[in-house]
Parts: sequence; structure tokens; C-alpha cells
Amino acid sequence: MSVPFGLDPGWLILLKSLVIFVFLVLVTLFTIWLERRIVARMQMRIGPNRVGPFGLVQGLADGVKLALKQDIIPALADRSVFILAPIISATTCFIAFAVIPLGPTVSIFGTWTNLQLTDFPVAVLFVLAIASIGIYGIVLAGWSSGSTYPLLGALRSSAQMISYEIAMGLSLVAVFLYAGSMSTSEIVSAQQNVWYVVLLLPSFVIYATSMVGETNRAPFDLPEAEGELVGGFHTEYSSLKFALFFLAEYINMVTVSALATTLFLGGWRAPAPISTIWEGANSGWWPLVWFVAKLFAFIFVFIWLRGTLPRLRYDQFMKFGWKVLIPVSLVWIVIVATARALRQSANVDSSSLLVVVGVILTILVVLSFVLDAMISRRMPSEIEPEPEFDAFAGGFPVPPLPGQKLPTPAASAQTISSTEGDSRG
Amino acid sequence: MTTFNDSDPRMADERETTEGKVFTVQGNDWDELLHDLSSTPPQERIIVNMGPQHPSTHGVLRLILELDGETVTEARCGIGYLHTGIEKNMEFRTWTQGVTFVTRMDYLSPFFNETAYCLGVEKLLGITDQIPERANVIRVMMMELNRISSHLVCLATGGMELGALTAMTFGFRERELVLDVFEMITGLRMNHAYIRPGGLAQDLPEGAEQKVRELLKILPGRLKDTADLLVDNTIWKGRTVGVGTLDLAGCMALGITGPILRSTGLPHDLRKSQPYCGYENYDFEVPVQTSADAYGRFLIRIAEMGESMKIIAQCLDRLKPGPVMIEDKKIAWPAQLAHGADGTGNSFEHIRQIMGTSMEALIHHFKLVTEGFKVPAGQVYAAIESPRGELGVHLVSDGGTRPYRVHFRDPSFTNLQATAAMCEGAQIADVVAAVASIDPVMGGVDR
Repeated sequence: MSVPFGLDPGWLILLKSLVIFVFLVLVTLFTIWLERRIVARMQMRIGPNRVGPFGLVQGLADGVKLALKQDIIPALADRSVFILAPIISATTCFIAFAVIPLGPTVSIFGTWTNLQLTDFPVAVLFVLAIASIGIYGIVLAGWSSGSTYPLLGALRSSAQMISYEIAMGLSLVAVFLYAGSMSTSEIVSAQQNVWYVVLLLPSFVIYATSMVGETNRAPFDLPEAEGELVGGFHTEYSSLKFALFFLAEYINMVTVSALATTLFLGGWRAPAPISTIWEGANSGWWPLVWFVAKLFAFIFVFIWLRGTLPRLRYDQFMKFGWKVLIPVSLVWIVIVATARALRQSANVDSSSLLVVVGVILTILVVLSFVLDAMISRRMPSEIEPEPEFDAFAGGFPVPPLPGQKLPTPAASAQTISSTEGDSRG
Repeated sequence: MTTFNDSDPRMADERETTEGKVFTVQGNDWDELLHDLSSTPPQERIIVNMGPQHPSTHGVLRLILELDGETVTEARCGIGYLHTGIEKNMEFRTWTQGVTFVTRMDYLSPFFNETAYCLGVEKLLGITDQIPERANVIRVMMMELNRISSHLVCLATGGMELGALTAMTFGFRERELVLDVFEMITGLRMNHAYIRPGGLAQDLPEGAEQKVRELLKILPGRLKDTADLLVDNTIWKGRTVGVGTLDLAGCMALGITGPILRSTGLPHDLRKSQPYCGYENYDFEVPVQTSADAYGRFLIRIAEMGESMKIIAQCLDRLKPGPVMIEDKKIAWPAQLAHGADGTGNSFEHIRQIMGTSMEALIHHFKLVTEGFKVPAGQVYAAIESPRGELGVHLVSDGGTRPYRVHFRDPSFTNLQATAAMCEGAQIADVVAAVASIDPVMGGVDR
């Protein structure tokens, strides 16, 4: 049963908005707890376990404490922009969730409706647009703080997010081509038979990489690189304004994970073995369970990355975005488009072709990394010690390294007329 | 001077007291300084004052960076924020009391500070050959354990600064194991004052050898875990390979020693080239790399921990029962420590003996503890290989019971000179990696 969007009664729209808001805030609190517990486990620690059962309420307690802290606005800050920036960040991240389908059509108090606030033909573009507006929050925060570290953090993050949004947008093109729509609910229904993660593996890999860059999470957390820029763009923020940035970061994480679930993992559809065994898995309220499970699978990966990897350097990160992700996306789009054209004109089964090509492409990319690593490991052994030892080569006298021979004092004291054979003691 | 003071707001305020002039340093002059110093208008370049309070400055190092975008065009170090006047203070304490000062300098390698100082005092006294064998073996064992704990902190903090948080917790977890051994043997996790002129403060407690053996069983696997996280990690290599390079000529010109020097390929290690404490009798290698970058130094530190474990195992085999303090009663600290109901202190038997049976013993005890022993006039330089490089001590005695002058050549201080050479022209993120590879300990730099 499908119900068109935009015909919900007013009370239902309000109810849905409220539920999404509460859902996001709760998920954020839970994610913070989850992150601290999982990272703690990875690092042989215990993590928060005092406040509430298993320490579950720790996030709430921290949030309350944060809100009650003194709110400092630096003297050099541009007050109005300084206050506006966290508000922009926090509001935009909530808005993006409006078009995420959480489940199929359900009955709420007798009214049949979709488990989704709204949807329209360009819903995914809407998410990208809102994410771009969210960047303003970060850039303005850095600029208005009137301090060096935030400024550097803001510059980094604007460059980072713009470049990674390109890669992200390109990775979605293949999905649009296949689904024939940019509406999230239609993309989910197009994945009825096979998820796009199978069909469009390279797109998924690119999206998954760029979504980490897009949300400023480790190993791409350059705008707030603690070791370099202290707190990055939010160095000067405190109290509730800082809490808003914190909230925005986590909700962004949830939003990009939800989008990844929707576009590549079949949205609210049950995973393969369950859906074949159990007819009712894809109807009623059950899909909400699958959706949340997939969402947290992504969030776990986010946390896992943070517990494992060091941070990239700014230039390496940009190089990775522009020289790897974007070209690979472009090539992949051409392949997908060709496959689509073949199917329409020559009636070739393009799906299996695409899977094969996708797997080959992914393997090639991974292989190139492995090859790079192997070559770089072999490099040092190929360097041979210089045959002639010149103690003054670096502009300052140095002792001979192992394998190098010091010219004998007698020979070096002699005049230039001494032969080569003599100087080799 | 006061008139000049009024004209220049940057001058510190001063007032006269009975003890002399007291200066009150105000600060807050950064903008004026910047304006005065820059030849170009200030808005055309960014100067970042990184530290002394900053997550990546190893305590209170202050880095003054001039930036062109993300590129560092000029880097300077500001030090002195942890100056504690240790060297000066030592001139007012006995030679033995000096140990409690030096152990607090480079707080990550206290045993090295103590040993270097004691070797210097022993050289001045001319008793280097009379140090008991057991004392020397324990000294070597403690130093090598300390080398491991110090390198672990370097890896941990270095990892944290580059965003590898798990490497940080792993490093500190393993260090904790080593500190447990220190605590068992000396009673303290740091600032031990365990190594004394003439030998050691006390012998190993019961079960200590067993504990070190257990540590040697656990540590290799744990260290491998930490190393596995980073050694072949593409991002880690991207952040450290070719970063903070300083070639052999640069090291020589700046007097750089330790892992930084060895990362250029020169196997310079005082344990080999100028052995002390019997290092010539141990079988170990000096790890070198030829890359002269932060990654090479990282690999050297990992390899050195393995070599240290080899030395510790040999120490355990060499531990034969015997005295741990010099025979000479004029120098040997007259304590016989034991565990009592109120903690560790002089043993009851010892106190009963000196207090009840021998007036001479009591006088001797009192004189040696309060006044200290006399050291012949002269000066010496003694150097050992600390985890950070050559740790040298220059002692001058005027023949009294207190040093005339004590000066330390702390490797952190000397190595920190390389900051500008390593960082200029690199990215701001490379500064963090380069400083982490220098591994400066500000307690040692400022003393």
C-alpha cells in the first residue's frame, strides 16, 4: 500500500517532527555512550559505568553539566555571528533527517501514512544542500571567534567539506542512474530485489569514505585536530554553544549513516535471510528495527575507525579526495552509464556485468594501495651507501657511517699530487 | 631604570624588598611585540603562539610559529616555563641529597639522572672501581627498564598527538607494568632517589627478581601489539615518513644525540662507545635507521625496547648475592632499611645498635647524614646514554661536603635546538610530528 506524501493531517506532521527530533537527540545520547564504551573496550579501559544502568545516562549528565557552565564570548569575537554559528550548525543537521524513510506505510491512530516526514523528487539533493549550509556554521564559528586556531580550523573544514561533498555527490550519481529517481522512498523501493551496496560497490566505498570526511570524524578530523589546533573551529566556544556543535557533530554522523543505509543498504528493508524466511519482516513497524540496526552498524564503524587510525595530514587528505576519490567516481559513473545504455539498447543483463566490473574495480584500487606499500617497503634496501666518503658534504664535519672509510690522515695531509691509490688506506 | 620602565610598557614592574628587587611579569604584550617585530604589516602573516598550554607541546614547551597558510615559515622554541632551579639548589645540599634533586629533572627517566650524577660523584671520589658488582647490575637493570618506560611514553604521546588514541592507551598501559616494578623495588613510581653515590639505597626486595621475570614474559607480546598498530599503518607512515628530517651534518652541528642521531645511520651509543656500569659485558645491538625522519626514530625506539629487554634478561642472570653499597663506611649511607608497622624506615636492630650500644656509630651516623661526606676538589664530566641521548653531568667540587657547581647536559635541551631545522618549510601538522619525534621532556630542558 502506498500513500502519497504531503497529504498528512497537520497533527500528524507535528507528531512526526517531534518524534524525529526526540529520536535524534536520544540516538545522540546513546551514540556518545556507545562511543565511549566501545573505544574504552578497544583501549583496555572500562568507560563510563556509574550514572544509570551501565552508565547509560552519562551523556545526559554531561550535557546538563555542559549547559550549566559559564558561557564565555571572547572580547575579539563578532558577537552576533559568534552566537549564530552554532545555531546554524545544530538546526541544519536536524532538518536533513526529514527526508529519511524510517519504514513503510503504517497506521498511526487510524491514519495510514509513510514512516517518513516528507519526500519529494529531489530529496537526496536536499540532504546535500542542507549539509552545505551546515558548513556555514563551522566557517562562521571559526571566523567570528577572532582567534588563530579557530580560523585555521574553519579554513580547513571549509576546504575539506567542499571537496568531500563533490566526491559524495558523484558517488550518489550511480544510485540515481539505477533508481531512476532522487526521492529517498523510491530509492528504497528500487532496492527491493538487490541492495545497491552489491550492485554499486565502488559508489558505496566512495560514499562511506567521504561521509567520514564530511562529518569531521577520525581519521579525517582535521578541523578540530586536537594535537594541532587544540579544538579547531570550536576552540573559543563554551557552555551551551559548544554543546550545540557537539550535538551537531553526532547528529551529522547519524544523518550520513541514515543516508548510507537508505541509498545502499536497502533502507528499512530486512536483510536477505530474514526477508526470505519471514514474509512480514518488511511491513508494519518491524522495518524500523532493521533501519536502526543498519544505522548503528555504520556508527560502530565510525567508532571503530576512531579507535584505530591516526589522523591524516591536511594536504594528504585533500590529495586523497581530489586525486583518488573524485577520479574514481568519475570513471565509475561512466561505467555505470555505459552499462545502463547497453541494457536499454542491447538488452544485455547489465546487473551482473556491473557487479563483476564493480568488484574488479574495487580489487584494483585496493591492490594499488597494497602495491604502493610494498614498493615503499622495498625502497630503502635499494639505496646503496655512497662510494666516496666526503666528511664535509653536508657543510659540517661528520664521522664516517658504518661501511664508509675515513681517508687516512697521512694521505689527506699530502698534496694534491698524491695518487688515488695512496689515499685509499 | 624606573624611568625606562615607564616608557616601555613591556618591561616588568619592579619593587624593592628586603631580599632585593622583585619583578612582576605581566605578559599580555603579544600584539605589541608582534607589531614591533614584524617588518611586514601584521595582517599579512599569521603567527601562532603554540603553547605553553597546548595539547601537543609535551608539558610547557612554547612554539612560536609563523605561518603562510598551512606552511610553517619560521619556528622558534620558547623554554623556561618549568624552570625549578635544581642545579642551583644542589649547591646548598650534600652530595647524597643531590640525588633527590636530579631524579626530578627529566621525570620520565629518573634512573638515568641518578646514575649520571652518581657516576660523576664516584669519579670525583675515585671510587668507580669499588662499586659492588650487584649494585652495577641493578643499576643497569633499572636503567633499561626505565628506557622502556620512557620510550613507551614517547610512543604514547606521539601517537596521541597524531590522533592515534589507542596507541596512547596501549603505551601507558605497558608503562604501568614497568612502573609497578619500580614501585616494588624503590617504593615510588617516579622520583625514586634509589641510586646513591657508592651504590644503591637498598637491595632488591624479596620477589623483585620474579616480578621482573614476569614482566619480561608479558612485555614482548604487548609491545608487539602496540607496534602492530602503527608500524605498517599507511596513515601513520604518511604522517611520519620524511617528516622532521635532520641529516647527519645537521645533527653534528647542533650536538644532537640519541635516537635522532641514530636515525641518520650513525650507531653512536655511549653504552658501546664509552661503556659505564659494566655495559661492555652485555650483549646487545644499537639499532639504526638511515631515513633520518620521524618514522626512523619511531622504529629505533621500538627496536631499542627489544634490546633493553635483552639486557634486562642478562642482568637477571648476573644477579649474584652481595652488597649493594660500597664497603667504605665514610661514604656508604648508614641506613639499613626494613619494613615496619609504619612503613619503610631504618630497621629496629640498626637503630638499637647505634642508639644503644655504640656512641661512635651514632656520631658517625649523625655526621654522615647531616653534614655528608667530603669530596676532593676538582671537576669531572660523566655521561651516559639516556633514552633521549647523551645525558652528561659536569660536577665541580671545592673539597667540601656540597657541590660547588652541578651542571647537566640534558639531551632534551640540546635536541630541542633541532626544532627550527626540522619544522621550517613543513606543514603545521608536521611540527607536531617532528616535536614528538624529538621527545623533549621539559623537566629536563628547564631543570
